Amino acid sequence: MAFEKDLNLDATELRLGLPGTSEESEKQTSTSLRPNKRALPDMNEESVSSDSNVAAATKKSDQEIAPPAKAQVVGWPPIRSYRKNCLQQKKSEAEIGGIYVKVSMDGAPYLRKIDLKVYKGYPELLKALEDMFKFKVGEYSEREGYNGSEFVPTYEDKDGDWMLVGDVPWE
Amino acid sequence: MSEDDERQESPPSDLEFSSNKARNYNATGSGSGQPEIQSPYSDQVLENVLENVLHFLTSRRDRNAASLVCKSWYRVEALTRSDLFIGNCYAVSPDRATTRFTRVRALHLKGKPRFADFNLMPRDWGAHFNPWVLSMAKAYPWLEKVYLKRMSVTDDDLAMLSESFTGFKELVLVCCDGFGTSGLAIFVSKCRQLRVLDLIESEVVDDETDWISCFPEAESHLESLIFDCVESPINFEALERLVARSPALKKLRLNQHVSIGQLYRLMIRAPQLTHLGTGSFSPSEVAGQGDQELDYVTAFAACKSLVCLSGFREIVPDYLPAMYPVCANLTSLNFSYANITAEQLKPIIRNCHKLQVFWVLDSICDEGLQAVAVTCKELRELRVFPFDAREDSDGPVSEVGLQAISEGCRKLQSILYFCQRMTNAAVIAMSQNCPDLVVFRLCIMGRHRADHVTGEAMDDGFGAIVKNCKKLTRLAVSGLLTDKAFDYIGRYGKLVRTLSVAFAGDSDMGLKYVLEGCPQLQKLEIRDSPFGDAALRSGLHHYYNMRFLWMSSCRLTRQGCQEIANAMPGLVIEVIRSSDEEEMDDSVETLYMYRSLEGPRKDAPKFVTIL
Repeated sequence: MAFEKDLNLDATELRLGLPGTSEESEKQTSTSLRPNKRALPDMNEESVSSDSNVAAATKKSDQEIAPPAKAQVVGWPPIRSYRKNCLQQKKSEAEIGGIYVKVSMDGAPYLRKIDLKVYKGYPELLKALEDMFKFKVGEYSEREGYNGSEFVPTYEDKDGDWMLVGDVPWE
Repeated sequence: MSEDDERQESPPSDLEFSSNKARNYNATGSGSGQPEIQSPYSDQVLENVLENVLHFLTSRRDRNAASLVCKSWYRVEALTRSDLFIGNCYAVSPDRATTRFTRVRALHLKGKPRFADFNLMPRDWGAHFNPWVLSMAKAYPWLEKVYLKRMSVTDDDLAMLSESFTGFKELVLVCCDGFGTSGLAIFVSKCRQLRVLDLIESEVVDDETDWISCFPEAESHLESLIFDCVESPINFEALERLVARSPALKKLRLNQHVSIGQLYRLMIRAPQLTHLGTGSFSPSEVAGQGDQELDYVTAFAACKSLVCLSGFREIVPDYLPAMYPVCANLTSLNFSYANITAEQLKPIIRNCHKLQVFWVLDSICDEGLQAVAVTCKELRELRVFPFDAREDSDGPVSEVGLQAISEGCRKLQSILYFCQRMTNAAVIAMSQNCPDLVVFRLCIMGRHRADHVTGEAMDDGFGAIVKNCKKLTRLAVSGLLTDKAFDYIGRYGKLVRTLSVAFAGDSDMGLKYVLEGCPQLQKLEIRDSPFGDAALRSGLHHYYNMRFLWMSSCRLTRQGCQEIANAMPGLVIEVIRSSDEEEMDDSVETLYMYRSLEGPRKDAPKFVTIL
């Protein structure tokens, strides 16, 4: 059985098996998808009901009403898009859940995908694999690797080498 | 580093063209009212003397004043002005400028209004560098320096720049766009005398051209190379060779594609650097680079002249201790792309006794700011940017941080502070503790947000700032503000030259107070505030003294703006729509108004109507 380090979550990836194990990554927050056009007040799709931030298009009363603060307004807060984009990337990286890896087992007709972030350690991971592929993995020891089973969990690292799962600390 | 550097404003040099016609000059320019001996020889001597003396005059303001004395002084001043500053590229045409000033060596040109940075204006509004470079190619073959801010520069313009001026030495592009790496490649390959290439906060298209390799192979004169805003990867080996053959290099700011291991290699080749932008400050993603094993501390320690540090684009905080050796000498530190906590900041900042300029993310929280206040007694400029720039996000910094800074950093001159909540008390405290404030920009990110302790408007806080900070020239207001705040500004803000207003005020009176009360006002930018035509009219006496007025999402009508246009022929009044809007109804979405000697510009795009 082998893993491959594959972070490409291509929705068009062909699979023979049941759908449902892999999820698409979170959509980016709406602020980063804002088109680079100036939205007119009434075109601002998120503030259709709250018009109190737009003075021109409304006959606003002289009293100040604090508007609902949820709507995102074009160009506010006044941060240059360059800076916003740089920091947005960092946030997205922090927020997107899931380190997805492909799992294949010798002899199985199709591959599976699992999210490593879901598991807190190797025992959990191995248990999940055992359930998924209906096999037993055997005892792990540093000296001998996995004892007592035909199947051994391995993965391919950055250099392209096949490594035994479990030697490196989980983090 | 400069974002929105403020320059000293001066009486408009462009307006002198028209006002000169109204002036009475003595024929010889030698004095007032005395009988003249018509001797051409003495005139010439006088002009020669004048020329020699005026060479020493560098301040723009002084030069503008000198040029108004008489025709002779006007002529000689024009001959001796070598640095030409034009604050609005549409105020005067290139030909008019080159006709008057014939011996210019350095051009400083500004284009789009600042609110264009925040997507409040469609792209392709204008501010093209092209007509300027064409005109200067003919008029100033000896041109050495060009500084552009918010201009549209094309690859062809860069090519022309490099081909037309054999002694060209310095190019600084701040917040510019319209060019790419292929333009850079042509530029650097042809500018044999290049000393400075600074690309700051500009948009550079990735044409996948290896521009770093295009620097000439011979020893270079480079003193400054800043490209931290270039988002495309660069050829590192070529950069390393370039740095190795640039013995005069003092300023180097790398982009985020340079890893910390690569930074190390550059630092050991250039220990003479004074300004360093560190790039990503994280290890390369390519395994086996061995970035972890390098002795970064020694590399930093070798840079004994380092005073300005920036970068940290993808910082891995474990590497921060490497910079300990330079902290004591730092006068400028930019952590504004580094998502670090107070705990990670403290060991660094507690050594930065000489720090004068500090830019940082609010991730350091009030606690981090308190640490800054304890150590950085020499702080002159502080900018606190939001990591999460949304209105309803949690605010890690607040009035607590502002108060602490005001108490610890008494010499503060300039502050830009983004927060989610604020109190009048803290702002008042700052006005009292920091009397040297010249720039006060507070951005409470929630619109119309009141003092979160008292529930009152923020009027008194800003009122205290204009009242107590007697040197204040630049102000940006936010939070819940009534007309009273503007009353204060009009009454006490006598030196204010730049004012930024957003989501503030109750009625036309607000704007009236400012237009009638602030004689030094040059740049006024307003958005989403309830000011209408009547308020606009109240500034008629002053608009010729201003560089520009911007008003978007206010209560202006076409008719009101047309009245201004009719009353003031020397103003250009642009009504700007969103680019896909076709209708021309009576309400004015965006007004951008500026004085100009040239009348309506001929390069206005379709979404701009000039009244």
